[in-house]
Amino acid sequence: MQVDNVVCAFCGCVCDDISVTVENGRITQAKNACVIGKAWFLSHGQPSDRPAAMIDGQPASLDDAVDTAAHILTQARYPLIYGLSSTSCEAQRQAVALAEAIGGCIDCCTSVCHGPSGMAVQGIGEPTCTLGEVKNRADLIVYWGSNPGESHPRHMPRYAVTPKGMFIPRGRKDRTVVLIDVRPTPSARAADLFLQVNPGKDFELLWSLRALVKGQAIDEAGLANTGLTLAQLTDLAERMKRCRFGVLFIGQGLTQSRGKHLNTSAAFMLVRDLNSITKFALMPMRGHGNVTGVDNVLGWQTGYPFGVNFSLGYPRFNPGEFTVVDVLSRNEADAALIVASDPAASLPRKAVRRLAEVPTIALDTHESETTRIARVAFTTATAGISAEGTAYRMDNVPLHLSNVLPSSYPSDEQVLGRILARVKELKPW
Amino acid sequence: MPDSKLILITGRSTKQGVGISEGKSLTEYQKATTVLELSQADMARYGLRDGDTVRLKSRYGEATVQCRSEDLPAGMAFMAFGAATNQLVGSETYSTGMPDTKGLEIELEKSLP
Repeated sequence: MQVDNVVCAFCGCVCDDISVTVENGRITQAKNACVIGKAWFLSHGQPSDRPAAMIDGQPASLDDAVDTAAHILTQARYPLIYGLSSTSCEAQRQAVALAEAIGGCIDCCTSVCHGPSGMAVQGIGEPTCTLGEVKNRADLIVYWGSNPGESHPRHMPRYAVTPKGMFIPRGRKDRTVVLIDVRPTPSARAADLFLQVNPGKDFELLWSLRALVKGQAIDEAGLANTGLTLAQLTDLAERMKRCRFGVLFIGQGLTQSRGKHLNTSAAFMLVRDLNSITKFALMPMRGHGNVTGVDNVLGWQTGYPFGVNFSLGYPRFNPGEFTVVDVLSRNEADAALIVASDPAASLPRKAVRRLAEVPTIALDTHESETTRIARVAFTTATAGISAEGTAYRMDNVPLHLSNVLPSSYPSDEQVLGRILARVKELKPW
Repeated sequence: MPDSKLILITGRSTKQGVGISEGKSLTEYQKATTVLELSQADMARYGLRDGDTVRLKSRYGEATVQCRSEDLPAGMAFMAFGAATNQLVGSETYSTGMPDTKGLEIELEKSLP
């Protein structure tokens, strides 16, 4: 059986043109998917004999696991809910309700990828557009601190660089592509212009660009140690001012380098300035398939995109206080619920050490470092392969996740809903 | 041994991305996340050849990985996100929630065979 127009929920591109072949209860082909998308469909589209629930490493009934999880969360003084970037918005909504019910902290993978971009949006605003507008209108594409060729393999060919669009009739020939990074990544080969900046100098360059765009003079000496010359920066500023529709895609090169939210704020301000001259948009290159969705769900339910705390009965937001690395590495969390994420394999070791010390509940589609250290582990159906729902593309466009391979495992939404119901029985206020 | 430090950039790679789905315990993922890329100049400076084992040390931890030469500026090292980078990255987020995963100062020492 072939199913067309299936959505790939691995990365923030959320490509919706995948043709999936299902044979004998497994996915055997994923046409149009990139190498990472193919691995996602083929790996998750296989039968599994893993128990649906485990307690202390031993198979358990779903009822017992739900009950144990609810007891852990209600007995904790500072429970943390984290992850949520690779599941549906419907499951994310249950997680927010659960965080409110237990008076806990809820954070998502945004805090370790584009949290600083979210902070910049709060301060400056978001000059944005859809990837459809990029394809049809953008004649200048600038990637800054991003390596889409490796992290988002179809971003260039499907949305931003090579496709022909309504006002870009010759596709690649009608666009200028600039890549700015600290190293010549494979993506640099696809750019017309590669500008190599020195590590930690993004803010200085973005601020200097703002001045040049506004026609102010810059002293060459001020650019010392940035890796770029005044002539290179002036040329880039002129290209940005000359274009009809420019888009700046920012990556973790800005968010994870010294300066963080100050880097991203400078980028947003630059684009805001450019809009007094031409049309320009900015889009963070979101990593996980529905990390944009969790920002949206948290945003519309609590007012904040990540790092939210309910311990006073109402939502509070404070990056550095209520964010996963901080809450764990300061030994504050005394229980954790991890959904569709593997922080034991991705966070700094001090945070992982705390995660291993406290009773942890993990929901994942397969065994992971986090399920191995979890007191309670649920195996759930993969959102977008065996569970329906909604995912947001990096441009905030919601797309429908299909169930192309029915599974005997419950969805994240179902498990979280059951834990929430049990929590309300245990703490009925 | 050269006394100057290296600037470590950690990040995504295609092989690391594929390994997230195929399994982090598989050799391909392990290999993709435990190889330090260095410039040819730094490989020569430290007396290294592709495949040599090196010991890395940051303010926060240590990791032992293999190395290979890549097209990188001198003084810079790259390694894909994974268990090794998690050992080197600190947990200070400077009130942002984000640890310093790029631009980390590390020391490199060639391991004896």
